[in-house]
Amino acid sequence: MITITVNGTQHQIDLEPDTPLLWALRDVIGLTGTKFGCGIAQCGACTVHINGEAMRSCSVPIARLDGASITTIEGLSPDGKHPVQQAWLAEDVPQCGYCQSGQIMAVVAFLKDNPKPTDAEIDANITNICRCGTYERLRRAIHRAADLMKA
Amino acid sequence: MDGHLIASTRLSRRHFIVTVATVAGGLAIGIGSRGAEAAIVAAQPWDENAYNPNEIDAWIAIDPDDSILIRYQRSEMGQGSMTALPMIIAEELQCDWSKVRIEYASANRNHRENKVYGDMFSNGSRSVKGSQQKLQQVGASARERLVAAAAAKWDVPAQECRAANSVVTHTASSRTFRYGELATDASKIKLDKEPAIKAPDQYTFIGKPMPRIDVGHKIDGSAKFGIDAQLPGMVFAAINACPVPGGKLKNVDESVLRGAPGIIQVVKLDDAVAVVAIGSFWRAKQALAKLQPEWDVGPAGGVDSAQLSKEFHAALDDTAQTVRNSGDVDKALPDAAKTFEAVYETPYLSHSPMEPMNATVHLQADRLDVWVGTQDAYEATEAAAKAAGLKPEQVYIHNCFVGGGFGRRDASDEVVQAILIAKVVQQPVKLIWTREEDTRHDKFRPHAVVRFKAGVGSDGIPNALSMRVVTSSILATVGRTFPGLKGPEPMAFAGLANNGYTIPNQRVEVVIKNTHLPVWFWRAPGANQHVFAIESFLDEIAAASGLDPYQVRRKLLESKPDWLKVLDTAAEKGDWGKPLPKGSGRGIAICEDTGSLCAQVAEVAVSPKGEVKVNRVTVALDTRYQVNPLTIAEQAEGSVIFGLTAALYGKITIKNGMPEQGNFDTYRMVRLAQAPKIDVYLVPSGGKAWGGAGEPATPPIGGAVANAIFAATGKRIRSLPIMDQNLSSTST
Repeated sequence: MITITVNGTQHQIDLEPDTPLLWALRDVIGLTGTKFGCGIAQCGACTVHINGEAMRSCSVPIARLDGASITTIEGLSPDGKHPVQQAWLAEDVPQCGYCQSGQIMAVVAFLKDNPKPTDAEIDANITNICRCGTYERLRRAIHRAADLMKA
Repeated sequence: MDGHLIASTRLSRRHFIVTVATVAGGLAIGIGSRGAEAAIVAAQPWDENAYNPNEIDAWIAIDPDDSILIRYQRSEMGQGSMTALPMIIAEELQCDWSKVRIEYASANRNHRENKVYGDMFSNGSRSVKGSQQKLQQVGASARERLVAAAAAKWDVPAQECRAANSVVTHTASSRTFRYGELATDASKIKLDKEPAIKAPDQYTFIGKPMPRIDVGHKIDGSAKFGIDAQLPGMVFAAINACPVPGGKLKNVDESVLRGAPGIIQVVKLDDAVAVVAIGSFWRAKQALAKLQPEWDVGPAGGVDSAQLSKEFHAALDDTAQTVRNSGDVDKALPDAAKTFEAVYETPYLSHSPMEPMNATVHLQADRLDVWVGTQDAYEATEAAAKAAGLKPEQVYIHNCFVGGGFGRRDASDEVVQAILIAKVVQQPVKLIWTREEDTRHDKFRPHAVVRFKAGVGSDGIPNALSMRVVTSSILATVGRTFPGLKGPEPMAFAGLANNGYTIPNQRVEVVIKNTHLPVWFWRAPGANQHVFAIESFLDEIAAASGLDPYQVRRKLLESKPDWLKVLDTAAEKGDWGKPLPKGSGRGIAICEDTGSLCAQVAEVAVSPKGEVKVNRVTVALDTRYQVNPLTIAEQAEGSVIFGLTAALYGKITIKNGMPEQGNFDTYRMVRLAQAPKIDVYLVPSGGKAWGGAGEPATPPIGGAVANAIFAATGKRIRSLPIMDQNLSSTST
C-alpha cells in the first residue's frame, strides 16, 4: 500500500508497485484530467507536479512516491484562474484539448524557474506534443502568462 | 456570474460516476478576459436525456429563465464547430449568446425520429458548409414561431412584432415578451411556410470572431473525452491485433498469466487478443505484453516497403482510368519547346491523434451504452448495433470531446472491439489502445506515386501536363462506395485534377493498387500528398525555365481572381522576393481543397549539415464565407503544423507485412521547437458555395517547404519525408 497526497487529499493506493502514477490517478483516484498519450514519457500529456516538479506521470512508478505530494490539473487552482489558465483562455489555445492539461502543468513549473522566458528557453523546455498544432497560440500564451505572473 | 455546481445523484451504470459538473465552468473562468458573451457547454457534452420538456423542436429548448439549449449534431474534435454551428442558429434565432448552452444531439434520437438531425458526421471539412443552410432554417423557424406565439398572446399580426436579443417586441405598443415566456406556446405552433433565411450580407453575428465555448473545460481537466469514462464495476481491456493487418489469431497460451494480479479474462477475437483486468488499465496492458500470440499472417507477412515502392512505380505503366482530359496532351507534348518528366512519392502515414483509440461500453440484454469520441455518432450507432446484435434504437452513443480525429475516428473499429469484449466479460468495459497499437493499427494515409510529364512553350510556361497517379482505394477499406460514384474515388486524384492552372492540355489518370494495408481518410485526403507533388513539379519547371515560381503561378491563374487573391496575399505578406541570408529560401504553393483556396509561403533555413528549420509560414485562406474567423485561423495554424509533421518526419514503413513505427520516439512529431511562426490571412471571396476550414491549409505546406528548400540549396525533394533526404552542402 502506497500513500500519496493528491491535490491536498491523502490516498492509499493498492496497486502493483510498478504501476505508473498516471494509472493510479486515473483509474483509482478518478482524476481524469491527466491524460494518457504515449506511455513512454514522449508526449507529456500526463504531466503533473510531483513535490513541485513537473514529471511525466506515465513513467513514474508509484513505488517511488510513498509520501509524495502531487498536483494535477484539477488541483492547479481552486477556481481555474491560475495565470497560465487565464493566458490559455485569452489566447484561445486549445483545439481538441487532449494535450492541454499536460501543456499547462509543464508551463506552470517552467515559469517558476523562468519568470521571463525567451523563445529559445521555451523551445528547450516545453517539449510536449500537440497534434492539433496549437503551438503558435501556446507560445503567445506562455509569454502572456509570464506577464500576468509578474503583474 | 458565478459558475454554479449541479450535483447529480444518478448512479445508474449508464452515467459517469463523475457526479459533479461545473456546468458554467467555462463561463466562470472566461468572464474576465473574454467578455460576458460566451455561450457554455457542459464538461460532459452529451445530451443525457435526449429530450427536454421545454423544447421548441429537436434542436432548441428554451427554459422559463430564458436559457437556451442548442443541440449540436456534429463532433467537436478541435475544429471549433461546436462553437460555429450554434452561432449559425443564434444568428437567425436572434438570441442572447450568453444564455446559450450547447449539447451534442442524440444519435439515438436521430435514429428514432427519422433523422431529425440529418447526417452527423464531422469529416471533409463539412461541419459548417454541410449544415449552414439547414441550421439557419432551424434558427429562423424557431424565431418565427416565438414571434407568432407573442403575436397570438397580444392578438396582433405577427408582422407588427420583431425579435431581438431573446425578446419579442410589439413595435407599436412597445410591449415585450421574453423568449422564456413564449417557448411553450411556440412549441405548439406550426408555420404556414418556412421563413426565408438571411443572405450572407445580412449577417450580424455570423462572421464575428468568437472564443471557443469549450476552452474552459480544456484548461482545468474537466472536459470529458471518451477515455475518461468511468462506470461502476468497470473493467479495463488492452488489445493486440495481428501485427500484420488482415491476419488472424491462431492461438495464444494464457497460462503465462497465471497469478498475474487482477486479470479476469483473456478474450480471443478473430484477429486480436485482449486482456481484461480489474483495477487499472496498466494491469491489462502489462499482462497483454506477456502473451505471445500465434498469428496466421498469410502472404502479406512477406511484404516490405521497398517492394511496395517498386510495385507502385511499376504500376505507373498499368492500364489507368482517365479522370480529367482537357485539350490533347498527346499532341501537345511532342510539340512543346521543352518537356519535363518527374516521379513523386509519398508514404503511408498514421493519424496519431493524441487520444489513443478507446471505447467504453455497457452492454445489457436490451440496451447498449457507449462512451466514445467519434467523428460520426450516427454511423457508430449502426456499427455498434450490428456488433451487439441490437437495433440502433437500443444503442446510445454518448459522444465525448474528441481528442483529435483527423479522419481516424469515423471508422468505429474500436467500438466494435469493445462490444465483442463486453459480450465475453459481461461487465462494463473500457478498452484503450496503447500508442503502439494506435499507430500500427491505424488505417493509414495511402502511399502514392505520381508521374508528371509537362511541355512548355518558348516562354517557359507549361501548356501541357500529364499526371498519372498510383495509389490505394480508401473506399475498398470502407467497404462501400459513394452514392453515384463512377470511376475512381475522388481522393485518389484530389489536388491534381482540381488544380487551378489554365494549362490548355491536361490529363489525369488513376491506377488503383490495393495492398494488405487498410487506408483511410487523412486530413485533406489525396490533396495532402498530391499537392506536394504537383506544386513541387511546377516549381521544377519554373526553375528550369529561369522563371520566378510565384510569377509562373500568377501567369497560370491570371483569369481567376479568387486564386490570384490568395496567391498574391501569401506572396505579399510572406515577403516574397525580399532578400534572405545564404542557406535560406522561400517556397510557395497553392491549392483548392473542400471548396476553399489556400496559398502558403514558407521560409526555411538549411544548415550546411542539411538540417532544415522552417522559420515562418504565411497562409492565405479563402473559405468563401466565414462563421467564426477565430477558429478558422486556428484551423489554418493547426493544419500547417499537421502537414509540416508529415512533410518533415512522417512515414510508416512496412517490414514483414508489419507497420514498423509504434510510438512518438519512432513516429516523430513537430514540437514547439520546430514550430514556425505562422501568420494567417483570411480572404473570403463569397460566391455561391461555402468552403471548408478544417483541411484546406494542410496540403500546401509540404510543397511550400520543399520549394523553399530548393531555393535555399538547389536540391529538389521528390519523396517525403524530408528528414530522409540528404541536404548537406557536401552532398549532390
